[in-house]
Amino acid sequence: MSGLDSLYQQLILEHSKTRSGGDLAEQPATPTGTAGTGQSHQLNPICGDEITLRLRVGAAGDGQSVTEIHWNGDGCAISMASASILSEMAPGMSPASLRRTIDHFRELMRSRGKLEADEELLQDAAALAGVAKYPARVKCAMLAWVAAEDALRQAEAGQEVSRIP
Amino acid sequence: MTMVSTPAWGDAQVSALDDDEVRRIRNDFPVLDQEINGKPLVYLDSGATSQNPRSVLEAEQEFYEQRNSAVHRGAHHLAVEATDSFEDARATVARFVGVQDDELIWTANATAGLNLLAYSFSNASVGRSGAEAGRFALKPSDEVLVTEMEHHANLIPWQELCRRTGATLKYIPIDDAGALRLEEASRLVTARTRILAFTHTSNVLGNINPVAVLVRMAREVGALVVLDACQSAPHLPLDFKALDVDFAVFSGHKMLGPTGIGAVYGRSELLNAMPPFLTGGSMITTVTMEQAQYLPAPQRFEAGTQPISQAVALAAAVNYLSETGMQRVALREAELGQRLVTGLSAIDGVRVLGPGPGEERTGLAAFDVAGVHAHDVGQYLDNLGIAVRVGHHCAQPLHRRLGLTASTRASTYLYTTSGEVDLLVGAVAGIRPYFGVAAPGAKS
Repeated sequence: MSGLDSLYQQLILEHSKTRSGGDLAEQPATPTGTAGTGQSHQLNPICGDEITLRLRVGAAGDGQSVTEIHWNGDGCAISMASASILSEMAPGMSPASLRRTIDHFRELMRSRGKLEADEELLQDAAALAGVAKYPARVKCAMLAWVAAEDALRQAEAGQEVSRIP
Repeated sequence: MTMVSTPAWGDAQVSALDDDEVRRIRNDFPVLDQEINGKPLVYLDSGATSQNPRSVLEAEQEFYEQRNSAVHRGAHHLAVEATDSFEDARATVARFVGVQDDELIWTANATAGLNLLAYSFSNASVGRSGAEAGRFALKPSDEVLVTEMEHHANLIPWQELCRRTGATLKYIPIDDAGALRLEEASRLVTARTRILAFTHTSNVLGNINPVAVLVRMAREVGALVVLDACQSAPHLPLDFKALDVDFAVFSGHKMLGPTGIGAVYGRSELLNAMPPFLTGGSMITTVTMEQAQYLPAPQRFEAGTQPISQAVALAAAVNYLSETGMQRVALREAELGQRLVTGLSAIDGVRVLGPGPGEERTGLAAFDVAGVHAHDVGQYLDNLGIAVRVGHHCAQPLHRRLGLTASTRASTYLYTTSGEVDLLVGAVAGIRPYFGVAAPGAKS
């Protein structure tokens, strides 16, 4: 596989077009500060790519898990595919598990290609491993993940506040 | 030999550089002789930064090896030689743009030059330099006029100046093809207009703005004219006196010179009435613990140790350009610009910004590939060894006006072959099929 083909794998090109979860504009607005919901806007000033991502955390069994993720954005194939893949993976994950996945993805992206992807943890996002060899594109791949990390933090902070009687 | 009909500066006796000459010129540029991803480097990003001929690299090295010293201070032998080299460089560059030696101020780059002007006017606005600087002082009823196609460097310093002084920033809009709407300009230039700042040639559109028309409008109301010559000084024969602008700025690294050097031109009587911006060593006459008196221009605006070797190297760069002939460079690049716009416009789903085929254009073309983000376009081209610029090119308002957030820009110089332009055009034709937004041969 050529360098370019390993960057733009078929899975990535497909996700960049289907854009799973990229329906934030059609979702009812959630009042800011709603318990369990966080929203984050991230911008890459170098290329103008941007994303607004909303994530909801709710009760699932004994603990908590991500129940919904929606986003709206504009950007390159890498950033849009990355947001789409994340949106398919995140629902059902516990906050701790999502955070662990984001941490590994970030480490992978920053490795300049020296780190192997943990495919069990990253699932389809392992297809983005090729981006690590292109330092100028790492921010594109990270955009949605940074937004999710921030939204998750807000969602959890909101829950803590709402628990105070 | 191909003659281009449009350029007003074209002399019937002068021909464009031809491919054989360009091949010889390329031998002077060591960086061009390399492979990227196993393919010969095709450098089409000279609009961002140009490459350096060996004579420029050698001039800088020779300065450090033989004459390195501080300038305008010290009486030892090297100090005298360094000062002579530094001032000879100023004279060479001043002559290149048609101005007097004492009208050329060294700056780090064009951005620094525009900030120098804005901050000097800002200082005048709070009463520095007394009555003689009054003509540069802005008050809340004043207006600064720019255009919608400006690089951020010729926009944000004026936004900030207006914030500080209470003056109003206005802009001349462009039409859908990217041309300045001159009927709007004549409405916007009024007795309130104190400064008219505009780019000579857009770093995105590749058009050449009608300097004479805009200068005439400014003169009628007594406004000062600031010309951003960053994209014209490297590519067109220039004479700031003939253009009759009050100020102009350009960057060395876009015209075969090193980074860290640029210049501001200002009419002598204006520069000597303006308050300084950066203050400190080397720009003063008498200093007490309470106050200081300042030298006339150019030293007035050159506080601290200057980019000396860079100035020497920039002089070598403009000598290289002068020996090649700026009219010949300009004619050559006009041909390459036409080759770019004609080739790219013919590709399904590709929209070239700015003037269309057959219309006046420099050797630069920014374009949008429908359905493929500029970053992906740039990545695809890089894989083939083709270096282009992607993004908003420091012109967000212009891109927004054209309905885009980013574009891909190919820009040429005197070392660009027509074969390289053809390689780019051929490669761009493969982009939409590769990304699956159009089947090969399909209509968009």
